[in-house]
Amino acid sequence: GGGAAGSAAEDEGPPAPQRVLFPPTFSVSEIKNKQRRHFMFLRWKQQQRKEKLAAKKKRRKEREALGDKAPPKAIPKTIENQRVYDETTVDPNDEEVAFDEATDEFAPYFNRQTVPKILITTSDRPRGRTVRFCEQLSTVIPNSHVYYRRGLALKRIIPQCIARDFTDLLVINEDRKIPNGLVLSHLPDGPTAHFRMSSVLLRKEIKRKGKEPTEHVPEVILNNFTTRLGHSVGRMFASLFPHDPQFIGRQVATFHNQRDYIFFRFHRYIFKSEKKVVIQELGPRFTLKLRSLQKGTFDSKFGEYEWIHKRREMDTSRRKFHL
Amino acid sequence: SSQVVWDVLGNRQFCSYKITTKTQNFCRNEYNLTGLCNRSSCPLANSQYATIREEKGRCYLYMKVIERAAFPRRLWERVLLSKNYEKALEEIDENLIYWPRFIRHKCKQRFTKITQYLIRIRKLTLKRQRKLVPLRRKIERREKRREEKALTAAQLDNAIEKELLERLKQDTYGDIYNFPIHAFDKALQQQDAESESESDAEKEEEDDEDMDKREFVEADDSELSDFEDMDKLETSSEEEQEEEEEVEKKASHSKSKGKTPLKGPARRKRPYIEIEYEEETEPTTKTKAA
Repeated sequence: GGGAAGSAAEDEGPPAPQRVLFPPTFSVSEIKNKQRRHFMFLRWKQQQRKEKLAAKKKRRKEREALGDKAPPKAIPKTIENQRVYDETTVDPNDEEVAFDEATDEFAPYFNRQTVPKILITTSDRPRGRTVRFCEQLSTVIPNSHVYYRRGLALKRIIPQCIARDFTDLLVINEDRKIPNGLVLSHLPDGPTAHFRMSSVLLRKEIKRKGKEPTEHVPEVILNNFTTRLGHSVGRMFASLFPHDPQFIGRQVATFHNQRDYIFFRFHRYIFKSEKKVVIQELGPRFTLKLRSLQKGTFDSKFGEYEWIHKRREMDTSRRKFHL
Repeated sequence: SSQVVWDVLGNRQFCSYKITTKTQNFCRNEYNLTGLCNRSSCPLANSQYATIREEKGRCYLYMKVIERAAFPRRLWERVLLSKNYEKALEEIDENLIYWPRFIRHKCKQRFTKITQYLIRIRKLTLKRQRKLVPLRRKIERREKRREEKALTAAQLDNAIEKELLERLKQDTYGDIYNFPIHAFDKALQQQDAESESESDAEKEEEDDEDMDKREFVEADDSELSDFEDMDKLETSSEEEQEEEEEVEKKASHSKSKGKTPLKGPARRKRPYIEIEYEEETEPTTKTKAA
């Protein structure tokens, strides 16, 4: 091993030999000199890569040679593939779930009995970024109003909102001049969801060339809300927007759930042909992560929690997601 | 001997309660009346001294006299003041009767300030308290990383586009977009690259025409090109019959007006048929992406 290593080490100069044979007992980490060790490591890496490429080619040839009888291609493992099966996954034909949904708090919305009216507010003393974010959010969500919170307690705001026919309350919490939390409460004693908000981008920070969102009612896309919990959260989001989207506006608001992170985007689309659509991003974007879901309206002490994110128990597995 | 004490502690030697800043000297002694390091405010350098201190929301008057200077344990006499502001002021007065004006005045000032901040504390505890939750750095970093990976795994644009196309296929948009599949392909085959299809088309040429109708050019070039075009137009396909007439009219127009001079040499190069047509109703989907 030493001899071969010695001879290989002599070729330190720029041109490396074409075929380097590393004897099996040779390990790159035995060389004390850093420069030489680095060089040998690079060469070892190159050799590994070559071997890998050769193996790939061989496999491909074999596959072609077999033709129809070749075994099916192996599917790469992704986190979504390996996800731990959640027993609360909603089956589209499940009657129980359908019955539940017909009688839960969102039933009046989905039966078109109520029109959503949203109140957007912040925590105390909002900073400029949060204020602008609230304004942009109110242009995205039709029929929404922004009110400045002057140190009022939420418990007192809620009865007033109900009296004025608001259906939803959206509170954006702020910390160190950036919005970082969202409390979404469906008002006539509906569920309250508390999210952690991250990666907030205002409209001017998004690299796009679109104009402002118009007053048209946007469409809503809810992706990947599979479990029972995800289903209820998805319905909460859906109930923010009026029922009949105006397709003339060609605007779409997307809530996409991936690995328990909900990404919100707002786009304008146009169909170039029937197989091709082009989207252009307008509007703010942010990501949400659900922290807790409460049964009644906002009440931190006496509320009945349907679901809380408990880090010790729920974050143990990398393949387990709850939404 | 208080003078001696002050000479030693005040300016010359070290006093452990003294804090110096650029402009002022402060005294950290808990029995100090004003908080500054002065000859009249130092509790060590004055044998007759009084302060107000509060404990658990109640204010006490502390007094020190020369007679008890030898008994450190009994040095400071403590008097509980009443909760009523005016009564407490009277109590201070009656306890500190015959005392120097400075100490009496400062005691009352200090008492006023203390009651004011106690009131504020009580008011604030009634309001909502902001609960500070400490962030754990490792967890924050982990969440951020996971979010980024989830973002790349999500492939949002693709997902949205797929969903929109799905909705188009399932006819949720109704009649707004007319993309008849077969006619589209057929039209593509028959017409050339230049010709416009029935479905959404960019109407730039129309705009150009409108603008160029007014220009006047040398008649020679345009006439030749128009002649060529006229020939081709007459032998054009019979499918677009209505459009043919319109185009012919336009061509005749062009002879007289000499329109689109800029397209003269360009027209000669390409022997294609340009079919323009006007629709009465502007479809709402025709908007140019800004």
